[in-house]
Amino acid sequence: MTVQDTTIPRPLPRFRGVDHKTLILIPPGIMLLIFFLCPFLIMGAVSFYYRVPDGFYEPDFVLTNYAAFFDPVFLTALGRSLTLCAVISVVCVSLAMPFTYLVSQMRRGIQVPIVILLLCILTLSEVILGFSWTILLSRTAGASNVLVWLGILDRPISYYPSRVAIMIAMLHFCFPFAVLTIYPPISRFDRSLPEAAATLGAGPIRAFFTVVIPALRGTIISALVLVFVFALGAYLFPQMLGRPADWTLSVLITDQAIYKSNIPFAAAMSVFLCIICFALILGVGKLTKKTEG
Amino acid sequence: MQNRFGKLYVLGIALLLMLPFIVVAGVSFNEKKRLYFPPRGFTLDWYKDVLSNSEWLGPIGTSLTVAAIATFVAVCIALPISFMMWRHGVLFAKALFGLGLVPFMLPPVTSALGFLIFWSEIGGYGSFWATTISHSVFLVTIPLMMISLGLETIDEAYLDAASSLGASEAEIFRTVILPLILPFVFGASAFCFVLSMNEYIIAFMVAGFTVETLPIKVVNSLRYGYSPAMAAVSVFVVLAAAGLFLTVARFGDLLRMVGALDKPD
Repeated sequence: MTVQDTTIPRPLPRFRGVDHKTLILIPPGIMLLIFFLCPFLIMGAVSFYYRVPDGFYEPDFVLTNYAAFFDPVFLTALGRSLTLCAVISVVCVSLAMPFTYLVSQMRRGIQVPIVILLLCILTLSEVILGFSWTILLSRTAGASNVLVWLGILDRPISYYPSRVAIMIAMLHFCFPFAVLTIYPPISRFDRSLPEAAATLGAGPIRAFFTVVIPALRGTIISALVLVFVFALGAYLFPQMLGRPADWTLSVLITDQAIYKSNIPFAAAMSVFLCIICFALILGVGKLTKKTEG
Repeated sequence: MQNRFGKLYVLGIALLLMLPFIVVAGVSFNEKKRLYFPPRGFTLDWYKDVLSNSEWLGPIGTSLTVAAIATFVAVCIALPISFMMWRHGVLFAKALFGLGLVPFMLPPVTSALGFLIFWSEIGGYGSFWATTISHSVFLVTIPLMMISLGLETIDEAYLDAASSLGASEAEIFRTVILPLILPFVFGASAFCFVLSMNEYIIAFMVAGFTVETLPIKVVNSLRYGYSPAMAAVSVFVVLAAAGLFLTVARFGDLLRMVGALDKPD
């Protein structure tokens, strides 16, 4: 070994073509391509299949599954889903912006428990949360008992099934997602901006609305879209807390697939939902890149 | 906005977020098989009931097994992809990374239906492995994102130093990179595990009538009426999740794991 060998670092093998090291990508590649990409491709194909009336389907190329979109049941469910998720998204992000901004300024000792609380709600899925809300909105154990105790109500009542119940549960479920989406950009946000505003005489609330919010425009737009898509996935809340008339697209898909055994129609709706979500997310990605770059 | 009003706002929202858990915990102490809040009487029998009854222990065991295997597989898929993308900029790794992010960009129902059709085509519908493998590829987004975040925190000077001291690629990975990203791998595993434990729609669509996971069991028993035992199960699940995340926060920087910038206090 010469002196040169030890003093000059060997160049790192970066940006090289295929070599033996990339072989470790084969197992994960196979897993993702077979068990994730394939299901979506097959689903796409099945959406054009012919549905045999007894509940199965056979390979074909028909457009009847997509033509069924013009069915009023589907159209009203679509309109309902989009409106519901838009409202949820706007309310969640509006509440989450000041919340996240305030939390990100707090001590670590407070931030960590709050993040843990948010993660708990986010990972609990709709099963436990839906169950909790059915109790909280029920007659025997619910919030109305407090109102009776306060003398506002004469007797306890049940607040579900109703559309308001679905919205409350979805807000609770989507709020942590909204906070965790905007938390990284807000924690990187340049604090000298609101400080400058304060030196110039703006109160903290005014500084928040006139300096912080406009500076984080891109973050807010992408959060709105991500929360919207996240809310579109809600599936159990409309069933547990609502009536069939309140069902969203996600519920309709499972209903067609499992209980009506119409897999091709479910697949067509699913493909449609995927396209909406992809278009929204890719569109907003382009938009925020443009405004930031 | 860091004034009394601001603190009140944060506290108020935090309390509202906790409200359902408080009520569920309260309901689980009811003496009779009815759900009252505030609870009437106090008993821990429902907890004993859950822990001694195979009706509940079976699904809990199934869910724990599915979650453990799915988490392990998801991390094994994500680690090489994130590493090859970060260290060598391999194009195929970038493509796989992009593919791995897709599950979280789409409503879970669409993935679930994809899995349902896929498993019934290849003949695994209703099997334990259909649930487990579907979970592992569905949840792969979490370790992909979190391990990548961890890799980005590594100072390249360490790698240059190790390399100039004669360490091979494998040695650098084992002695420098792995210890530095371990908290992130652990955090991602905890996150994946809890998500899989609670996942309903995929488990239901792929093997809902044969492989009874805990969420499926809860939904099924909701149909036959409520009992405080279900509230007790929920308390267990919430405590398990909170405990896991607390452990993660003890051994690593939780705020950094969710993407926040590290700031000195």
